[in-house]
Amino acid sequence: MSDLTSLTIAKAAEGLEKGDFNACELTEAHILAMEASRDLNAFITETPDVALERARASDQRREKGEARGAMDGIPLAIKDLFCTEGVLTTAGSHILDGFVPPYEATVSANLRDAGAVMLGKANLDEFAMGSANITSYYGPVKNPWKATGGDNQGKDLVPGGSSGGSAAAVASNIAMAATGTDTGGSIRQPASFCGIVGLKPTYGRCSRWGIVAFASSLDQAGPMTKTVTDSALMLQAMCGHDAKDSTSAPIEVPDFAAALSGDVRGLKVGIPKEYRLDGMNTEIAALWDQGIEWMKAAGAQIVDVSLPTTKYALPAYYIVAPAEASANLARYDGVRYGLRVPGDSLDGLYQNTRGEGFGEEVQRRILIGTYALSAGYYDAYYLKAQRVRTLIAQDFDNVFKDVDVLLTPTTPSPAFAIGEKFDDPIAMYLNDVFTVPTSLAGLPGISVPAGLSKDGLPLGLQLVGRAFDEETLLRAAGVLETQANFTATPSGGA
Amino acid sequence: MSIDKETVRKIAYLARIRVDEAQLEPLAGELSGILDWIEQLGELDTEGVEPMASVAAVDLPLRKDVVSDGNCQGAVLKNAPEAQDGFYAVPKVVE
Repeated sequence: MSDLTSLTIAKAAEGLEKGDFNACELTEAHILAMEASRDLNAFITETPDVALERARASDQRREKGEARGAMDGIPLAIKDLFCTEGVLTTAGSHILDGFVPPYEATVSANLRDAGAVMLGKANLDEFAMGSANITSYYGPVKNPWKATGGDNQGKDLVPGGSSGGSAAAVASNIAMAATGTDTGGSIRQPASFCGIVGLKPTYGRCSRWGIVAFASSLDQAGPMTKTVTDSALMLQAMCGHDAKDSTSAPIEVPDFAAALSGDVRGLKVGIPKEYRLDGMNTEIAALWDQGIEWMKAAGAQIVDVSLPTTKYALPAYYIVAPAEASANLARYDGVRYGLRVPGDSLDGLYQNTRGEGFGEEVQRRILIGTYALSAGYYDAYYLKAQRVRTLIAQDFDNVFKDVDVLLTPTTPSPAFAIGEKFDDPIAMYLNDVFTVPTSLAGLPGISVPAGLSKDGLPLGLQLVGRAFDEETLLRAAGVLETQANFTATPSGGA
Repeated sequence: MSIDKETVRKIAYLARIRVDEAQLEPLAGELSGILDWIEQLGELDTEGVEPMASVAAVDLPLRKDVVSDGNCQGAVLKNAPEAQDGFYAVPKVVE
């Protein structure tokens, strides 16, 4: 692939500014890469015409001296969970067959207004429910990385999920960056599996308006990029208060890139002991220890901390998220948009449409959620899980009195093979054991590629910050990135 | 096993999802497996703990009760699987 596709946003913005190349050339290079890598199945819909039109507009603006900043002319993949005006939006589900939104999600509109170019709609787990991008109606996404040894050598690996297409597209240099959404780890886990940076901002930082809803109290959009600086630049363009989302925070947006000082001297980095699981993957444990050494070497102060409720985060999540999903997904009725499967009554139409339109995992979660909210079980399951959520949030409140960020692994393992863990929902859910607690507490978290497994697969480390303190989080992540100096690239794919 | 075949039938109806008769039993097993795993929440004492519905600490904002958009019937109905005379069409509901 050409050099243009290996650029970061920061470098591309510089090149565009200097006139080394223009947005059309940049976009064309990425469209070629997208076409050459269809084998990965990273996109559900490719939009080369939209991309070139926006690239031309970007070049025209720049010629007139009206360029709009770092994102102007940057080719992106947009997760197919964002409603895009006039472009098919599927959420990876059969039930949204043919749905073409007449409006644009706030986040993708913000990016569009900043001049970013949409290459296409990235594949994802159906309704963002999954950790391997295998539940998509449009088929699994392949991780561009291949194992160089071990049991999975030569096999197609999962990219993680649910933002699997986004992660694969960025890792294989198809897209310079991508939007993701994260409900329990759906940005950070695939970022870790694909060797890229994934940032889940604080709940409320980005508007949820126009994003197909999964679990409304948890869903949050964020950038998936090649570098920490790129995440800062892209988040800048994505976020901000939106009157159309009552949970979006009415607060000022800081200059995120300016926070990347490279200096963490005296920063207090907490190491939560509960994340050191029994029988933990030794490579993950070793990388975590290495991460601690790196932060120490950069002058940070390491503090051992305790988040006693950690163990209960995952089971609490698997009540809260399905309960909210069962309510959110009630809207798919075969009447107003998407798939309709006829029935002999209105009820029959609903049942047939939803029985055929939703995949297995989505049905499983709707049923769990419906059960947890049903008369007689509401207190035992739903209210109980919400009370546990309070305790989890309190754990974080307590440790953030003493530390500035937390450092943990992102995932309990490297990417696994397509086909593994398919029959065991709980084994699949355990992928998110390190990311779900942060989601329940609404805190920002970022995964930074930090090393390779012995089989040559990328592994990420996660940093977690205080609510609305993405600046400190990004500053720490920037230092971790420099220390790790992760330069490996996938051997498969593009 | 926390839920049986009949319970699955009931919640599938509540959720308006058609589940084949043959699938009820395996689903009961799967869902019970998940719920049994969730039971560990019972180990935690949550007496007196407030349930958390949202982490957003903001009060829900109010806006003026005015029309903010409208006159877009065509756009609204454009995605409908079946529309007639400016309405969504469904099988007969009233006998």
